[in-house]
Amino acid sequence: MAATPGVETRASGPEPPDEIEAVPVRHYGRWVAAAIVALIAASLIRSAVTNDRFEWNVVGDYLFDSRILDGLRITLELTVLAMLIGIVLGVILALMRLSANPLLSTASWVYIWFFRGTPVLVQILFFYNIAAVYPTIDLGIPLGPSFVHLNATNLITPFFAAMLALGLNEGAYMSEIVRAGIISVDQGQFDAAKAVGMTQGQTMRRVVLPQAMRVIIPPTGNETISMLKYTSLASVIAVHDLLYSAQLIYAVNYKTIQLLIVASIWYLVCTTVLSIGQYYIERHYGRGGPGAESEPLLHRIIRGIVGRRDEVATGDAGPPPPLFSDKR
Amino acid sequence: MTEPMVKAHGVRKHFGPLQVLKGINLEVDHKEVVCLIGPSGSGKSTFLRCVNHLEKIDGGRLYVDGELVGYRQENGKVYELREDEIADKRAEIGMVFQRFNLFPHMTALGNVIEAPMRVRGIKKRDAISQGRNLLDRVGLADKIDEYPARLSGGQQQRVAIARALAMEPKLMLFDEVTSALDPELVKEVLDVMRALAREGMTMIVVTHEMIFARDVGDRVVFMDDGVIVEEGPAKQVIENPREERTKQFLGLVLEH
Repeated sequence: MAATPGVETRASGPEPPDEIEAVPVRHYGRWVAAAIVALIAASLIRSAVTNDRFEWNVVGDYLFDSRILDGLRITLELTVLAMLIGIVLGVILALMRLSANPLLSTASWVYIWFFRGTPVLVQILFFYNIAAVYPTIDLGIPLGPSFVHLNATNLITPFFAAMLALGLNEGAYMSEIVRAGIISVDQGQFDAAKAVGMTQGQTMRRVVLPQAMRVIIPPTGNETISMLKYTSLASVIAVHDLLYSAQLIYAVNYKTIQLLIVASIWYLVCTTVLSIGQYYIERHYGRGGPGAESEPLLHRIIRGIVGRRDEVATGDAGPPPPLFSDKR
Repeated sequence: MTEPMVKAHGVRKHFGPLQVLKGINLEVDHKEVVCLIGPSGSGKSTFLRCVNHLEKIDGGRLYVDGELVGYRQENGKVYELREDEIADKRAEIGMVFQRFNLFPHMTALGNVIEAPMRVRGIKKRDAISQGRNLLDRVGLADKIDEYPARLSGGQQQRVAIARALAMEPKLMLFDEVTSALDPELVKEVLDVMRALAREGMTMIVVTHEMIFARDVGDRVVFMDDGVIVEEGPAKQVIENPREERTKQFLGLVLEH
């Protein structure tokens, strides 16, 4: 590649033309904007470091405090249990909603309407106080005999009320996510599964849901991350979660900001871990589709930090990825 | 005398106010290859989907191997079959679709062994060796572990045929299986079907490939507007149609 600059190389035969070495356009506007952002960031960091009233050593002291760690454990338990309730309920509600039976689909619609239409904080308070309307809870045949009597005041602990409210509320959102996933699967897939003799259940489990997962997983990941944060609402009914534990400590020592920072750090750690987990689950369910071999995790994290504008929305649209990388 | 493989008697089907099948009478014998031709919207694909009960018929009677499709007749009364009974019946009928409909999250082999394992309960090891054989038969021995997205249309359709054959069907339904293929890929699929016909598979083939219909079909049935207009020996219907509408249609199809 040594065509002398300035000389026309018309007769050079199969030799491809030189690579283009153009002078790039100068993006002065962008540079100014970047400089302003850098300035703001620098001053924020400087003030955080130099402002003694942040008392970072206090943050460090409490970061691994046993009360904080206990609160973190409660927060995680609440997140996992509420999401489990939400996902199971979501699948059931979605299948009901898609049912040919009008009563089932209407019931599902009403449930979603109710739980999406009222604030989750109100629901938490409602379930916490449910003993006021249902002092005992009887389990048995509806309108028939009951077998188990439970005292609602004992049964409905703050944790239980929060778990129930967050889980039932989540079920409404999850059902819409699951439903969107199911209807995203091509009708031909149902035909093909039926044609080889699969029952409805097999068709759902083996063919439809695995494909629906690609549509279901990303928003479910977001829901889980949201749930982790929403559990902090449980602090209003004195569930000893991460936030409430921090509040208990600063109620005594008045280090409010420091303990809120401690809580925030743990929330951030958890949401970051969840995001990484989501990536791997998405990759698992992306098998055989476009984006199945998406970019390495590190790139994604960096992109996640830099900006999400062109994030691959798992599977749909987008240019197909380069072929071949199933090396392992 | 044995029952024909498929027997349609006055089969009617409508989608809302639209009458798609207006009384279809047709018999397909064991080991016979019947090609359904006709303009789009004539009802031939719908009829095919009725044969394995992907569509419910609204009137008439439709029998496969002597048994009602989708229903059970007892003491002069007709009962709807349960969902699992319908599934059992469908398992004996292979179907190949225009748009392949391979399971995208499974490899070629995965697509082929899925139903034998889940529906028939065949051991994985046996299903795999049978699946390998089938994929070999359709010329895809080297594509066993590829996902459908990595295969060409013709290759996908051949996997789809292998998937249907894995259930050892007594009847194969082909629904315009080459219509979605690039022209240069049509032959590889038709070749597989040709071999299948030679082996004595009973086949109903909805197709726009007139040469294939003439050469491979035992009989050709021309449908238009929900009725059978003409049927007869393949060569005769394609080369010397009697009905005006058949002539018109074939003229349009064959002139290019």
